[in-house]
Order: sequence, then structure tokens, then C-alpha cells
Amino acid sequence: MIYFIIRRLIMTVFLLLLVSMITFAIFFLVPRLAGQTAYQLAAQYVGRNPIPSEIKAVEIKLGLNAPLYLQYGRYIKGIVAGIHYNNGTDVSYCPFPCFGYSFRNDQPVWPQLISDAPVTLSIALGAAVLWLIGGVSIGVLSALRRGSIFDRLSMGIALAGVSLPVFFTGLIALELFSYKWPIFPNVHYVGITTNPLLWARNLVLPWITLAFLYAALYARLTRAGMLETMGEDYIRTARAKGLPERTVVVKHGLRAALTPIVTIFGLDLGLLLGGAILTETTYSMPGLGQFTILAIQNQDLPEIMGVVMIASFFIVIANMVVDILYAVVDPRVRF
Amino acid sequence: MAPLLEVSDLRIHFQTDDGLVKSVDGVSFTLERGRTLGIVGESGSGKSVTSMGIMGLHQGTKAKISGYIRLDGEDLVNATPARVRELRGSKMAMIFQDPLSSLHPYYTVGDQIVEAYRIHNKVKKQTARRHAVDLLGRVGIPQPQVRVDDYPHQFSGGMRQRAMIAMALSCDPELLIADEPTTALDVTVQAQILDLISDLQSEFGSAVIMITHDLGVVAELSDDILVMYAGRIAEYGSAADIFGRPDHPYTWGLLASMPRLDQERTTRLVPIPGTPPSLIRVPSGCPFHPRCRYTELVGGRRCETEVPPLREAVTPGHSAACHLTTEQRTRQWADLSAGRVQDEASTPEVAEQAGEPV
Repeated sequence: MIYFIIRRLIMTVFLLLLVSMITFAIFFLVPRLAGQTAYQLAAQYVGRNPIPSEIKAVEIKLGLNAPLYLQYGRYIKGIVAGIHYNNGTDVSYCPFPCFGYSFRNDQPVWPQLISDAPVTLSIALGAAVLWLIGGVSIGVLSALRRGSIFDRLSMGIALAGVSLPVFFTGLIALELFSYKWPIFPNVHYVGITTNPLLWARNLVLPWITLAFLYAALYARLTRAGMLETMGEDYIRTARAKGLPERTVVVKHGLRAALTPIVTIFGLDLGLLLGGAILTETTYSMPGLGQFTILAIQNQDLPEIMGVVMIASFFIVIANMVVDILYAVVDPRVRF
Repeated sequence: MAPLLEVSDLRIHFQTDDGLVKSVDGVSFTLERGRTLGIVGESGSGKSVTSMGIMGLHQGTKAKISGYIRLDGEDLVNATPARVRELRGSKMAMIFQDPLSSLHPYYTVGDQIVEAYRIHNKVKKQTARRHAVDLLGRVGIPQPQVRVDDYPHQFSGGMRQRAMIAMALSCDPELLIADEPTTALDVTVQAQILDLISDLQSEFGSAVIMITHDLGVVAELSDDILVMYAGRIAEYGSAADIFGRPDHPYTWGLLASMPRLDQERTTRLVPIPGTPPSLIRVPSGCPFHPRCRYTELVGGRRCETEVPPLREAVTPGHSAACHLTTEQRTRQWADLSAGRVQDEASTPEVAEQAGEPV
């Protein structure tokens, strides 16, 4: 088991390196291949109507004229040790871990990511707890009462949940529960350390909105998984032992049906942590998703690159956690 | 003393979209303590469903069950599900066909035995674990104190079945049902498992129901044999009677289709023509008549119209459901066993009739 984890960790490091290479290539190699010169690239980092000497200075400051492998080296060095951007007159320092430096805002990207991450984290984790509990229990009940009114009703709602986009359900929820019946008035993000109660209260609507979408998916997945496992021979064995039906369902059936759910859960959560763009936008919460949208609107390349890197890291790490969890759940994977 | 298990006129029917499936249709038998009953039949003859009915494992499905099953005098058909569950695993236990899929892949073998033991016995985990190790040792698992923590996939096929047996025996059941326990195993392991079951039977004193389609298996172990066809009993008697003086054309067919060591290797195996009937549209009259070669001997259309009752034959306790007279059967079997009747069975007419699509 320990070796399994170590192997996974080593692989993850390689994967992260690969991800960084690909990200770097998208932002620096692809434009070159498309025929852009270092000068033209540098032009994207200066304001409007720049004079050529300014652009040249930026080119040198960012090292855009250096060979690509050196640029990549500088980039990695920035991440692990921090970096100085220097054009002779003006020095910008980007401390460890430097996931890019926004020249537009004249500040490193990392602290901004760090300050926005808790918002996304709050939304995603809270919703994840809700949808996991809700989706899985609805799925189990549906599977056990296949064909019943409960099953049909919940699967119908689940279909709606999967089909309706967050910006629709979110707005409806806002209209109903924030304006018409102000149960959750004035929804905005409050830090958990500032006021935990208000934090939770303001997050209820985003949580429910996001969880509704995912719970629907998970209910359907769980239902399908349970229907399959409850037909397995080992379920019959469990019954033949004289186990109470509850134990048969939860300990023997659900345990096996959960394996694929764990996989998808890890990936979904990893993806969400990179920014719950629609939910954040609908409820005007300044998380990583909002950050991404702003960065794209401003064409702030270092910021976009930073957020892409972080989002990919989340997914890679989620993958690793899933792999390890998988081994914990299913002993056959461990060897 | 009453027999341990008494099954009387057991009927298990399933309502499906295609019609009523009469999986078990009027089956009766008794089983004394310490004895072994072999239930033989092709797939779909209702042998497994009978055992599920006894174990109460049909509960929760849409099965309709009637007749009665008495375990140690207690009726199981009308007992509450909770009561049947209490008995399941403690007083009656079951071994299944494929030990790999029948053991839960996520729990260690030990955990699964401990679980079975602790539902019915209020003991500490440690005690149950010692019991599990002890059981694994008794069913012939080497190094049981180590292997108890292994997962089923770390066991070989034979060891898995041994573990299943250990699990079934954990609460010292009075009735052990083995549903084709050796089908998924290779031949040498089969023999070991059968030996193990019969050893343990004499050690634990359980009554055993051995369900199989393999006559060789029941020949070795059973005191009594029940031959099932299309959910009904074709023939029922002691093993000696069934093998020595079989009394039903279906049993003859089964015996003739089995290779024997005491015969020339050139002797051809004679298959039973056709396929087992659909349980939704069981043939009228004797369910075996479309595949039977002796219908003309009966005369008239009795085989097609009249269900043959289960009648006692020459020996007491040996009965068969066939319209042939005792004399006719005696003569036919004498001819058959002397090898005088050659393979004339696979006439296209018969095969076509039997294979009629449903």
C-alpha cells in the first residue's frame, strides 16, 4: 500500500511537470509556431500605443528573445524559487511560488489566486458535501424501489437537474429566495473567519444551486451502480448469511457501487476547484472563476496562464487522490 | 422424531411480462438429519429455485410461493421475513456455485466469516476471529492465521470454495444447501471439495442438499436423489435405486449421456434429444413427453394430455412420474442397460418437436 502511494506520488510529480510544459507551450511555443516574433509577443504586455523602445525593453525584461528552453527554465525556477523581472531601470520581484507576474496590475499572480481561492473552495466543498449525500442517498433509494413513484419522480427531477444550467436555476433561486421571499437576502461572500454564520447563510443558495446540478448526476450514477451490484452473487451470499437487509444494502451493495462514484467525484471536485465560473458569476462571488473571466477579458496572459496552471494542478492532484482512494476502497487495485 | 426438513407440494411461481413462470410446481421431499439429498436436473429444472425457496431468498422478489417447508417442525413459507432471516445462516446455510463472485471482493475472507458468525452469535470480534481461523483450518486452508486476512482474489478457486464452506459452517447449521458447489472448479479440486463436504458433514452432523446437474457428484455423496424436470419431480428414491434401477425415461437419458469408466470407450454417449422446455409454456401432460422416446408404448395420447402422478415403483420409497407400466419400465431399462437399444433418438422429428420455439 505504501509503495503504491509512493509510486503514485512520483507519477504525479512527472504529470505536473508535463502539465506545466504543455501550458507553457500553449502560451509561448504555439504563438511562435504561428509566426509571431518575440517583439510581437512583448507588445501584448505593454499598454496601448506603445513606442517601439518600450516594447523592446519588455522583450528583454521578460526574456522573450531567449531560446524557449531557457524561458521554460526561468518559468519553473519562478515557481520553485521566485524570480526577478529586470529591464535595467525597473525591477519587479515575483516571490516563490511565482505562477506568473501580472504587468497590467503590477503584482504577482499567486497572491491574487490565494486570496480568491477560499471563495471557490467554500462554494465547491460545501456543494460537494450536499450533492454527495443527497445524490447518493436518492440514488440508493431509487434503486431499491425501482419503478416506484419515488423512483420515477426523483429520476425525473434528476433529468431536469442535469439539463438545467446553473445560470438558470441560480437566477430562479435568487429571485425566489432572495427577493420575493427574502430568506437569504443580500447574497454576497463573507469570509469564514470574519463571520462563520453569515458565511454559511450567504452560501446556502450557491451550494444548493451547484449541488442540484451534480446531485442529479450522482443520483443517476448511484442508481445505476446499485442496480448492478444488488444483482451480484455476493449480495445473495450476504442475504444467505442472514444479514439484515440494511447491512446488505449499505455494507455490501453501496460499498461496491461507490467505487465509480469516488472516481467521478474526485475529478468533478478537482475541476470545480479551478473555478466554479457559472455559480460564482451568478452570485457575484469573487472566486477563481471570476478571476479567470476578468483575466480573459483583460487579456492578461500571465494571469490566465497562472489560473490554467492552478486548475490543472487541482485536476492532477484530484486524480492522484482518486487513485489512492480507489486502492483504499478496492483491495484488488493495491497490488 | 420428525425429519429435519419436510417440503410438501412446494410451488414457486414468478409473474413476468412474458407470462407466469412455474419454476417449481408441486415438489415434495423429506430430509433426515445427517443425510444427503441430491437434487439433479438440467438448467431451468427448478433445482436452484427450490433451494432459494427453502432459504427464503426469494423474499423481496415477485415470487409467489405455496405449499409448505418445515425446518425442524417450523413452517418457513408463512414465517415472517425476520424469522427466516434469523434461521438463515444459523440453522440453514448455503454454498454457491461460483466462489469468486459469491465472496465480496472488498472484504477479507476472515471479515466475511466473522460477519456471518457474529450476526447469530453475540461474541467479541476477537473470539469470532479465532473461530474464523479455526474454521479455515478445518476446511483445509494452509496457514489459516495468515490467510484469514487475505482477500478473496488472493485465494485460488478451490480455496475460495473452501472459504465459502467455512463461512456456511460458521454457525454450525443443521441444514447445508450446496448449489452446484463444484461447477466452477476444475476436476481434481472438485473431488477435494466433495470429499471435504462429506467429511464435514459427518463431523458437524448436518443434513446436506446437494444441487447439481452432474450425476457423478450425487452418486458419490447422496443417500437420496431427487431428479427434477421442468419444475416437477421426475423420479425420487435412494441413490442405490436411482443408479441401480432407474425408473423414468428422463433418468435413463441422463445416465446414458454420462461417460462411464466401466464401459468400453467406444460406447457412444447418447444425448437426450431437444432442449429443456420453457417454464412459461410447460408442455401439456407429462412435461417430458416431447423429448421422450417411449410415448408410443403408453398408447393413446395420454402422455400429451395427462400429467403422470408420482407413483411408488417396485421398491418402497422409490417413485417416478411416468405413464409406462412397471413391467414396461423394467423391460426397457433391462434392454437399455444391456446396450441393446442403439442411438435412434436424434430423429429429426423428435428434435424439431422438442426444440419448438416459444
